[in-house]
Amino acid sequence: MSTTDLNSWILTLITFIPLGGAILLIFIPRRDRDIRVFALVTSLLAFILSLHLPAHFERGQSGFQFDVNAQWIASPNIHYHMAVDGFSMWLVLLTTFLTPLCVLISWNSIHNRVKEFFILLLILETALIGVFTSLDLFLFYFFWEATLIPMALLIGIFGHERRVYAAVKFFLYTMVASVFMLAAILWLYAKVGSFDFVMVQDAIRNGQVPGFATAAPWLFLGFFVAFAVKVPLFPVHTWLPDAHVEAPTAGSVLLAGVLLKMGTYGMLRFNLGLFPEQSQRNAPWIVTLALIGIIYGALVAMVQPNMKKLIAYSSISHLGFVVLGIFSFTSAGINGAVFVMLAHGVSTGALFMLAGVLHERRHTYEIREFGGLATPMPIYAAFFLFIVLSSVGLPLLNGFVGEFLVLSGAFRARALYGILGATGVIWSACYLLWMYQRVFFGKITHEMNNTLPDLTGLERAALWPAAVMALIMGVAPLIWLNAIDPAVQNALVPFGQLAAKAVGQ
Amino acid sequence: MTQTALHLWLIPLLPLLGAAINGLFGRRFSRPTVAAVGVGFCGAAFAMVLFVLARFFALSLPHIETYATWLRAGSFQVDYGFYLDELSMIMLLVVTGVGFLIHIYSVGYMWEEGGFYRFFCYLNVFMFFMLTLVLAHSYLVMFIGWEGVGLASYLLIGFWFTKDSAASAGKKAFIVNRIGDFGFLIALFLLIKHFGSLTFSQVFASISQLPVETAGAGLLTTIGILLMVGAAGKSAQIPLYVWLPDAMEGPTPVSALIHAATMVTAGVYMVARSHLIFDRAPMALTVVAVIGTLTAFYAATIGMAQTDIKKVLAYSTISQLGYMFLACGVAAYTAGIFHLMTHAFFKGLLFLAAGSVIHAVGGEQDMRKMGGLRSKIPWTFWTMTMGTFAIAGFPPLAGFFSKDEILWQASRVNMALWGVGEFTAFLTSFYMFRLWFLTFFGEYRGSAEESHAHAGHGAIHESPKIMLIPLVILAILSVVGGWVNIGKNFEKFLEPAFRSGSTAYTLTESAAQAGKAVGEQGSTELLFTLTSVLAAVLGLLLAWLLYKSHPELPAKIAAALNGLYTAVVNKYYVDELYAILFVKPLVEGSRKILWQGIDQGLIDDSINDMADGARKVSDTFRHMQSGNVRSYAGWIALGAAGVIAYMIWIALT
Repeated sequence: MSTTDLNSWILTLITFIPLGGAILLIFIPRRDRDIRVFALVTSLLAFILSLHLPAHFERGQSGFQFDVNAQWIASPNIHYHMAVDGFSMWLVLLTTFLTPLCVLISWNSIHNRVKEFFILLLILETALIGVFTSLDLFLFYFFWEATLIPMALLIGIFGHERRVYAAVKFFLYTMVASVFMLAAILWLYAKVGSFDFVMVQDAIRNGQVPGFATAAPWLFLGFFVAFAVKVPLFPVHTWLPDAHVEAPTAGSVLLAGVLLKMGTYGMLRFNLGLFPEQSQRNAPWIVTLALIGIIYGALVAMVQPNMKKLIAYSSISHLGFVVLGIFSFTSAGINGAVFVMLAHGVSTGALFMLAGVLHERRHTYEIREFGGLATPMPIYAAFFLFIVLSSVGLPLLNGFVGEFLVLSGAFRARALYGILGATGVIWSACYLLWMYQRVFFGKITHEMNNTLPDLTGLERAALWPAAVMALIMGVAPLIWLNAIDPAVQNALVPFGQLAAKAVGQ
Repeated sequence: MTQTALHLWLIPLLPLLGAAINGLFGRRFSRPTVAAVGVGFCGAAFAMVLFVLARFFALSLPHIETYATWLRAGSFQVDYGFYLDELSMIMLLVVTGVGFLIHIYSVGYMWEEGGFYRFFCYLNVFMFFMLTLVLAHSYLVMFIGWEGVGLASYLLIGFWFTKDSAASAGKKAFIVNRIGDFGFLIALFLLIKHFGSLTFSQVFASISQLPVETAGAGLLTTIGILLMVGAAGKSAQIPLYVWLPDAMEGPTPVSALIHAATMVTAGVYMVARSHLIFDRAPMALTVVAVIGTLTAFYAATIGMAQTDIKKVLAYSTISQLGYMFLACGVAAYTAGIFHLMTHAFFKGLLFLAAGSVIHAVGGEQDMRKMGGLRSKIPWTFWTMTMGTFAIAGFPPLAGFFSKDEILWQASRVNMALWGVGEFTAFLTSFYMFRLWFLTFFGEYRGSAEESHAHAGHGAIHESPKIMLIPLVILAILSVVGGWVNIGKNFEKFLEPAFRSGSTAYTLTESAAQAGKAVGEQGSTELLFTLTSVLAAVLGLLLAWLLYKSHPELPAKIAAALNGLYTAVVNKYYVDELYAILFVKPLVEGSRKILWQGIDQGLIDDSINDMADGARKVSDTFRHMQSGNVRSYAGWIALGAAGVIAYMIWIALT
């Protein structure tokens, strides 16, 4: 098969290979080792195939690529339309990159219902990839909701003590919010007669949607509410810390690493893509919430006694940067926002894996249970420090590039945005280094910590790729930015026109 | 732009390679191997700098090398690139030269410590970032080094991480520096917004077209002050100096290299590098000069009452950095960089010698438990004596020339700056000779000789040759290092790096020259020089009086000055003040108001109440759902897969 043939098939393959694997897993006998190996192979296969995307992605081109568009159901008019641009391609890769690491980190920590666990994990992967590859609103919504079930089950079955509470809270929060998006999607379908994103976008841009002007504020909000809960934006964020604390490690990795980005991706694709005027009109309060999220999330993270909650609140802070960048409507801001999504996926994913390593050994995330761990676990301490540094935005590691671009974009949009956002560089150092000190430095205070074993081979195998990726993204971010920038310029076109119109008036 | 390729990138990358080798494999290496790698790669960087120096005078300056694009968004782009001119050449020599000596010294000093490989790995990491900082061709590449040296400092202050005080000091250094970095970042955002670039050549080309902001604070003044905020963090100036005294928790070679000779001067370097901005922003210059002068004086007063030998040197460092900022603040950048260089020699020396003293008396740092060490550790004594006379400003030692130049330049701008600077010179001489007398003269007051508690360490002993050789070399440099500026040769060499067009500097220059005839100026300068020497001598005499001839006096004076003395000993309670004003409210407010109040109370409770209400309505539904999550897991997964399969089937038919 030539590469052009593969181009039209590749997204389908990447999206459904994990699901295929999950279905096959049902028929594999309950030998845990076989199941783990099979899940690993499946997820690696999806990852290797996904490498085809950046390898054949046309960098200079701003539109959608690897397009596949076929009618699926005639009435209602639903198309199987999949394609990616510079935004979604990297999110697909983030998903396929993190899933094998999730399999590795769950290798020994999941002993019961191993089969169900990996089936759910692979179904989740398909749903996540589907969210980023779908260009049909119905298909998008289908995958969007499909992520809920496996994630809620992963938390509800394989989580810790209060898992059912957390799972139900997670499910209800995001489910309720999604209803508003569904309403908006159905309204658009009723007027345009198509779920196709590109057709809907064209119809809106050409003014062919009757009643759009009056409905637009509500449509914008419908999408935005669903996305804001997912991000999560202050003040609808309280499901996240609970979900994280109770989730198994792999669940947390995918939750923070990928699932939250569905929200910011949605804002970028749908809020900005379909409603540029509304985006601009609503930007002041959205940016305000993002800034509150950055500062508030960091300050609350600082005082958490539980390591996982701390990382969860830090995610709220980091995702605040993403929203800030998107709603700055500047090229640096949006480039940075997409980069923060990817960088946060890698570093916070790794942080959750690291927290899981400790839980594995001590069955607790309470920071005060530790202290002085650098002595018995030097390699673990080194990995942890490296990831902490990437998360606090040390230049040449992945966290810096995105944050810097976001802040410079926000500053350009309005100086105060950049100034308030930039206080984040102080806060992140406070909460992460303080936590690091309490866990790793000083003398050992709990006898049993003296004999904690250092990282196992499997744990190292899961952490090395994340650490190396954090370094590559920091040193050579251009690999990613080259593909992101055209999509950013494309997304900014209507904003340039809005500005021109404002000047013209 | 591409002339002869000098491969400047090798200079920082060599130590990075050393760090990588020791970091990844050092645990399995023997100590000599670790030392050879650590010292070797640092030495290689020094050799590379000498290689560059040999070709330096044939270059057309600035010599810029760009290698690859680091990041790009829209039209904004930053490349990896290095910038060599007179200023970065001097910095390269100081950093690699002094750095190399301190690497050698460390082999001896750290030989018996655990984590030997870790130490050299961090030290090499530091060299990589510091060299990146001074070679950077743009503010953002400089920022790589700027943050990176902060990381190395964090790691090395907390090197003995099982000590809580060391771990806390490392964290404090990092966080306080981040506060400065916040200012630095905002300055960068302003530069991007208004000039579209962070590359020196582009930014400076635009700025050199701008007029001097005489009418009040404008863009350049704002940028200048924000840069100074960054510099105040890195170079420990008021109000962000508080991390440096605590940083003395690190091993002494680290104090010498990072917290005296090189890293803490990065702020001075950055201000000097940005001279085009400051030259056009007289108000920003004034801020720099005032902060520098105040810090110099303030830190010197604290230094007078410290009893820990390293703490005295730490406050002295803060004070001397203040002099460098004073120089920059009166646009006498060459004088500032000159003092930066001589300070690297004598303060590096003083720290290493202090390390040798501490080593000799078995880890004791309290000068009250020293005394009479002169004859027991003669090499240390004599080298430290050179350093003490050099920093006190006795001619013809290095510190005399550079400090005198700063004070002379300050006097031409503002006599108050000069006066405070001169008085601080007296204080400097006093606290340094106090240290000198307390440590080396009188009777030994410690216990190392008698108790043989540490096996083999009991007797007071001179340090091994590997530590003494760097001391001797630095002592020689502390003596002769100032001579390079006889006939203003050093200033003439550096001067092209600070050429600026129409500037505040030339304004003050011409004002100064208009007031004084050239001949008169020569005799005035001599008068100022005599005053400086007098200040140094007075400091020595007072220290001799109090700590040599009448050792009972200090206690009486302290008792007489009760309140003031306690305040000085306790460093004016600034740490405590910061804790009450910032740290406590932030932590407690975050915990009680934000987390427990808003997050758990206001938001979560109200939403849970809402959910409860909804739950009552759909009670049966809830009952069905939540009880059976576990057992339905497989069915739901299977169901979802079935639905998808069905839809695919529809799609295919």
